[in-house]
Amino acid sequence: MSKIETTADRAVPARRSASGTFARIARYTLVRGLTLVITVIIGVYLAILIANGGGYVDKIREGQIREQISLSIAGNEALRDMTMQERREYEQNLVAIELSRRGLDQPFMVRSFRYLWNGLTLDLGSAEYLLSDSGSRQVRSILGERLGPTLLLMATGQLLLFFTSVFFALFLSRRYGSVIDRIVVAMAPTSAAPAWFYGIFLILIFAGLLGWLPFGGMVDAPPPPSPWLRALSVIKHLVLPVGAIVISSIFYTSYYWRTFFLIYSSEDYVDMAKAKGLPSGAIERRYVLRPTLPTIVTSFALTLIGLWTGAIVLETVFGWPGIGRLTQMAINLFDTPVIVGTVVIYAYLLALTVFLLDIVYAIVDPRVKLGGGERRS
Amino acid sequence: MTRLANLFRELRSYPSAVAGVSVIVIMVIIAIYAMVTIPYSEAVRLWRGGDNVWLETPRNARPAWINNFRREKLPESIIMKTTEDPSLKTVMDLGGGLATSDMLFEFDYYYDAFPSEISMFFTAQFKSARPNVSIKWVTPDGREIRLTDLTVRQSESYRISQDSAVSRRLGGVLPEKGLFADPNDPSKVNKGTYQVVVEGLVFEEGSTLDGSLIVYGQVHGLAGTDHRRRDIMVALLWGTPVALAFGLLAAVGSSLTTMTLAAAAVWFGGWIDYAIRRINEIVMILPLLPILIMVGLFYSRSIWAILGVVILLSIFGSGILTYRSMFLQVKQSGYIEAARAYGASNARIIFRYMVPKVIPVLIPQFVAQVPNYVFLEATLAVLGLGDPVLPTWGKLLNDAYTSGALFNGHYYWVLEPAFLLVVTGLGFAMLGFALDRIFNPRLRGL
Repeated sequence: MSKIETTADRAVPARRSASGTFARIARYTLVRGLTLVITVIIGVYLAILIANGGGYVDKIREGQIREQISLSIAGNEALRDMTMQERREYEQNLVAIELSRRGLDQPFMVRSFRYLWNGLTLDLGSAEYLLSDSGSRQVRSILGERLGPTLLLMATGQLLLFFTSVFFALFLSRRYGSVIDRIVVAMAPTSAAPAWFYGIFLILIFAGLLGWLPFGGMVDAPPPPSPWLRALSVIKHLVLPVGAIVISSIFYTSYYWRTFFLIYSSEDYVDMAKAKGLPSGAIERRYVLRPTLPTIVTSFALTLIGLWTGAIVLETVFGWPGIGRLTQMAINLFDTPVIVGTVVIYAYLLALTVFLLDIVYAIVDPRVKLGGGERRS
Repeated sequence: MTRLANLFRELRSYPSAVAGVSVIVIMVIIAIYAMVTIPYSEAVRLWRGGDNVWLETPRNARPAWINNFRREKLPESIIMKTTEDPSLKTVMDLGGGLATSDMLFEFDYYYDAFPSEISMFFTAQFKSARPNVSIKWVTPDGREIRLTDLTVRQSESYRISQDSAVSRRLGGVLPEKGLFADPNDPSKVNKGTYQVVVEGLVFEEGSTLDGSLIVYGQVHGLAGTDHRRRDIMVALLWGTPVALAFGLLAAVGSSLTTMTLAAAAVWFGGWIDYAIRRINEIVMILPLLPILIMVGLFYSRSIWAILGVVILLSIFGSGILTYRSMFLQVKQSGYIEAARAYGASNARIIFRYMVPKVIPVLIPQFVAQVPNYVFLEATLAVLGLGDPVLPTWGKLLNDAYTSGALFNGHYYWVLEPAFLLVVTGLGFAMLGFALDRIFNPRLRGL
């Protein structure tokens, strides 16, 4: 009963108090933005705490510095004449200089807040071991270099997946019970495996056995000189990872949304709309798609969030030079600035996604009343 | 009880549920079998024991049953030891402490492919004078090839495959190929009975000499071996209980708490909803996998520590938003209003009216989550963060991946753990889908 009212009355109150709605949206946006900023700060600080292992990593790094310096002293011909005492002092001195150069002489709490500020302002300093492809030590340029490929891969894959599955799901809900519908239902459990898992099989079949597509990487080595050929080569390298993303989820998402559409099309108000004689396209848009929109938006935003973190293994398996693979490399090298950098980037991207989700959600679901009833009921 | 019986009766009418349940039952049986036949400590020893445990198995051998599908038969390992078969050794006392200790290793070789390696191992007991051996290779057509002369330490290994002198004598081919090659066509195996003749000489009273010959094959056991000669079967078997435990515990632990929290958050609203949403936002902003990787790297690689973090993070993870959006709609329903009107308590409304409403959605999600967590373990292992002691499916994949199994054509190495992962995942997922329809009457016809 209430549902019919809300869908039908949706536009009316908005028209009645347009300026009030705008003010509410503005205030709401501001509040949400502020809370998100605080959230990001807490999230990044937590990440920094974890990334430093409570100071444990510092000890490892200090040990590495000591070892490097004592090795370089032992191999230095000019220092042969020094006495043991002198040499030890010299070594201590060098270690102290190196420690203060890397800021390791300050207590961890002080450093963690410095890391936090630097991280939040994206002033990520220089990496300890990793270099960018252009040879820079700046974390920012290392990350910047990697962001593009990740965006390319994940955006292509996820957008393709999202739109194909929504339309496929609508198509299926229209003719449920048909052969293709049954096949999709039967195939839905295959989505239990993640994308990288299908990636392994795709590599096995199309790179290993058939040799049609490359095993991994983003462009041929050496890259073709002309931009068109280079783009073609990138597309060739994209096919398998994007294929893995789509294959891994298409059946489940289609099944899930089709079921949602079917449930909503068996509601009384849909029957009523049919009885009123509305065309089926209008019923689908206004009475089926409309109430399922919040769920679909949520699920798409979650897909986007999965997009960022899901990249790590997929990129590792395919040798795709993106943020995910960088994260893995940084973690293997204990390169704390880069790890913190990737986590900050992830945090910002995720915060942005959540922010957009909030706004879109408020717009598409009129029952979540802005600034009113929803929270204070 | 009758409800359970009804459930089973209904399940039986769904073929996918029957398949799923049977897969799960088989997996449980395998898990129990693995834990009974290979106790935990034995599994760890077999997997982490070091080279001595794996000495007698070939490297990167394919599963033995592959021969049933091939016209050209691949060799299995041939292992002959004088300690186990004393008839291989003849000892003759020459007086004055001097004695010969000859060994004759005779074996038939009718395979169509060359072995992967040939090695000999000697053990000797002596006080000061080390025994001497001279080793000769006799081919089926009677050619004699001198291999080497050795003075044997307490334990001596002679890797024929790595003896460059033998290789030179054979005209520059690898010994394991040259020694077995047909003289007329070096690419073919000369089938027949081979002999390895060892003439041993000990110089002291009471001194003994024993030897063994291992012709490493190209196939081994039911599952083959990896790059470190380990039998993959051990990891396949032991991966089963680990995967099941990890998947089930994580799914149960996270989904129930998440749902209850989401219902409470929506129902009470106010600061509870606010706090839960804020925590959720922080958790959402923490990238799960990097966090898990960092925990694995800096704190503990133990699979159970990781499990704890997974549950902790996924309680407030994305699921809570999905449930929340469902509960928000549920909360607007007329029957909740009716319940409130007749004065139902908060707990009653949450547990009797709100939670049951989304249970139909929870059931498939819960069962569908099991494979997700099974694969999460594999994911972490593929990133090199598997449990350090336990052999698991994910670690097999990781080993295969890092040693370029796909690139080198060792497909079995990837396919076996992948097959088990898929079967387990499918089992739970199929059951979940069938349960979905049973618990959700609206879906029944769909």
